[in-house]
Amino acid sequence: MQTSTSWRSFRMAAWLGWLIESNWTDPFLFAVYSIVKPLSGAAILVVMYSIITQGNFGSALFPYIYLGNAFYIYVGAVMTGVSWAVVDDREHYKTLKYMYIAPIQIPMYLLGRGIARFITGSIAVFITITAGVLFLKVPLNLAEVDWLLFFVTLILGVVMLALLGLLLAGITLTVARHEGFIGEATAGALYIFSGAVFPLDVLPEWIRPLGYFMPTTYWLELLRRSLVGNVAEAFPTLAAFSNMEILGVLTGLSLFFGAVSIWVFRVCDRRARELGLIDRTTNY
Amino acid sequence: MGNLNDALLRPYTRKDTGWRLFLKTIIARAYPRIIGQQREVSWLVFDLIMPMLAVIAYVFVYRALDAPEEYIGFVVMGGAMTAFWMNILWSMSSQLYWEKEQGNLALYIMAPNSMMAILLGMALGGMLATALRALAVTLLGIFMFGVTYTVISYVQLFLVFMLAMIALYGMGMMMASAFLLFGREAWHMANLAQEPIFLASGFYFPIKSLPFWVAAGASIIPLTLGMDAMRQLVFPSGFQFGFMTVQWEIIILAILSVTFIVTAKILLAHIEKIAVREGRITESRR
Repeated sequence: MQTSTSWRSFRMAAWLGWLIESNWTDPFLFAVYSIVKPLSGAAILVVMYSIITQGNFGSALFPYIYLGNAFYIYVGAVMTGVSWAVVDDREHYKTLKYMYIAPIQIPMYLLGRGIARFITGSIAVFITITAGVLFLKVPLNLAEVDWLLFFVTLILGVVMLALLGLLLAGITLTVARHEGFIGEATAGALYIFSGAVFPLDVLPEWIRPLGYFMPTTYWLELLRRSLVGNVAEAFPTLAAFSNMEILGVLTGLSLFFGAVSIWVFRVCDRRARELGLIDRTTNY
Repeated sequence: MGNLNDALLRPYTRKDTGWRLFLKTIIARAYPRIIGQQREVSWLVFDLIMPMLAVIAYVFVYRALDAPEEYIGFVVMGGAMTAFWMNILWSMSSQLYWEKEQGNLALYIMAPNSMMAILLGMALGGMLATALRALAVTLLGIFMFGVTYTVISYVQLFLVFMLAMIALYGMGMMMASAFLLFGREAWHMANLAQEPIFLASGFYFPIKSLPFWVAAGASIIPLTLGMDAMRQLVFPSGFQFGFMTVQWEIIILAILSVTFIVTAKILLAHIEKIAVREGRITESRR
């Protein structure tokens, strides 16, 4: 019964999330919205890179930056997708209180709401990478891709990001204002500390340990390695580690952050219930 | 209670109209924004730190690419100016939409004051936070990344900045009317106008790097030419990265300022007319 409730909560929340995300306009405008935004973000980096290197897209740094930025779309999409559901339901649609009294699992419901963003994020990632391969010579050879490593890493990472989203959702439940910015701020900070668009070596030495502690650092590194092989390993940051070692670190950190996230959500959820914060709207 | 009744029953001692009403409306609408910001200090954390994150990331990308130091300055200036663009997008363009959602828009339409004055008040009220954000990013550039500024002409710099702001806020007023017509799509439209504008307007690189016609098209956004001119005026090597001369950019910004403000006035009057005649604009539909 418990499993069934969890699954039902997750499934219906995913469907609800998709309807909310996609029904605000006609399919054409929705597609434009889903494509233009990520491509523009990637294009900023491409232009920056192109100006400085005089268009030398053959350098190993280019696929490092491009793929890191492309897969980072998932961080913003999945993590904020889960936590934003609290703001959306509580402030915008004013339905969070009904969700809490309905016979569903709230954590599963919130995780399910992140699915829609995962789908739109996947479309954006796919389009960004395809554009890179077709127009910018990102050296991606489908025959040489380590698909097993890629999918294992991708799934593990997305689950890890969803659980981090749950942590942010818990904090969002207890914060009075600016709750909408928590996800964006966290994603923005991780962008710097995860080696997404530059190797960690570029950061000041005292701040690098933070990057080494972030599971997203290893997740992005493995995704790059699985897709373009040795190109990513050319950078000294994690070059000494084998794929299996990085996967081990990623799994360990994911388990750690996952456990912390569930614990934080439970604490925040209890506090929000006790303080009557579930149906509070700030109109902020 | 007695005092309240007295206040309500007391006849007007003075009924403001014309420019007095315009000015008082601006002050009245700016007031809650300024006071609200002081009462909720947590905005400092989000409003100051978030724009810095993007700037820091792009600075490190340039560092990873061994870019010349001017580019670090370009990114910092672009990061500072994003504060004004975000203010236009979220605190002006989509503001009337939010006001509608909260039920205030009908009151604005009914009130005998100008919608332009209301929007101007919002802009001025939000300017404090925006200027602080811009200042914080500029200081970050100076102290964390060692960016140095060498102003060639303070008069031209002041003129460019003021014209860019007038044109930008005129554009914001225009967009406020347009966004109101988008209905619930307004939020997405504002969201959609972030990254593409950062790209097209050259927030993080000189606009000259883009193909000529793309840069020319992007010049419709006042910040494009404003930033290009300011980069030429505050960085010693800025002139070699300029899209066109500063004098031409000043002339174009002046034309944009007049065009946007006149168009905003016409559009706002049109929206007000539709709202009164059809009662459709002010209804909230989630």
